[in-house]
Amino acid sequence: MDNGKRTDPADWVDRYGDYLFRYAMLRLRDRSAAEDMVQETFLAALNSRGSFSGGSSEATWLVGILKHKIADHYRRQAREAPLEGGDLAEHPDAGNFDGAGHWKTGPAGWGGNPADHYREREFLDRFRECLSGLSPNHANAFTLREIDGLGTAEICKVLNVTETNLWVILHRARALLRRCLETRWFGAAAGKGS
Amino acid sequence: MLSCKDVTHLVSESMDRTLPLGKRVGVRLHLLVCRFCERYRRQLLLLRETARHLALEGETPGEPLPESLSPEARDKIRRSLGTA
Repeated sequence: MDNGKRTDPADWVDRYGDYLFRYAMLRLRDRSAAEDMVQETFLAALNSRGSFSGGSSEATWLVGILKHKIADHYRRQAREAPLEGGDLAEHPDAGNFDGAGHWKTGPAGWGGNPADHYREREFLDRFRECLSGLSPNHANAFTLREIDGLGTAEICKVLNVTETNLWVILHRARALLRRCLETRWFGAAAGKGS
Repeated sequence: MLSCKDVTHLVSESMDRTLPLGKRVGVRLHLLVCRFCERYRRQLLLLRETARHLALEGETPGEPLPESLSPEARDKIRRSLGTA
């Protein structure tokens, strides 16, 4: 993209609409929420065109605005549905272990070269579905950590949780995703014993 | 001795912070001898790689675009911007 170049807002939807939409969709997992967020981003951008320094590309500037709006959305969700007992109660892997903490049912082998999975369109679709199936707290925490690569201190501020709770939430999110993919994608027979 | 259950927790935690030395060593030794825990670890790392891949996907020109704004949404946004 051209650094510093300003374009006519009349062209924004065609130029940046899909890009911003995909960015929002991956992080919000909801079509209408993502569409609203794109609209809000363009409106905010229109009202603050003076803040575009020209030091970056217009696309980067717009994504910056969108990022803030998504973080606000996460904050709102965390306020509306604060972390409750249910989020921290029994761990999703609990049934896989015996009383001594050994595997009763080990994780199934996922076969093939694991690094190749994420290049498959269908695998990515299942992954998104599984992510959408998590509670907002789990999905948002996972998204901030693994999709955006933010540090835990920053995530704690957005979700208003302690670091210890965040580790628990992240492990639960990973465990739920792992199990969901095992069922929906790999569908393999779980390994027995160890 | 760490149980498999402990190790699965620590494997996830190690993806978010540096574990204290004692735990780090304990996990590493356990993973050498436990194929299920090692498999679990690789699968959590695959989740991370997949997430990073999805983040980059939107930025890669020429990739097929899985999702785009609906025509209705485009019109609505254009109207709100006063550029319809």
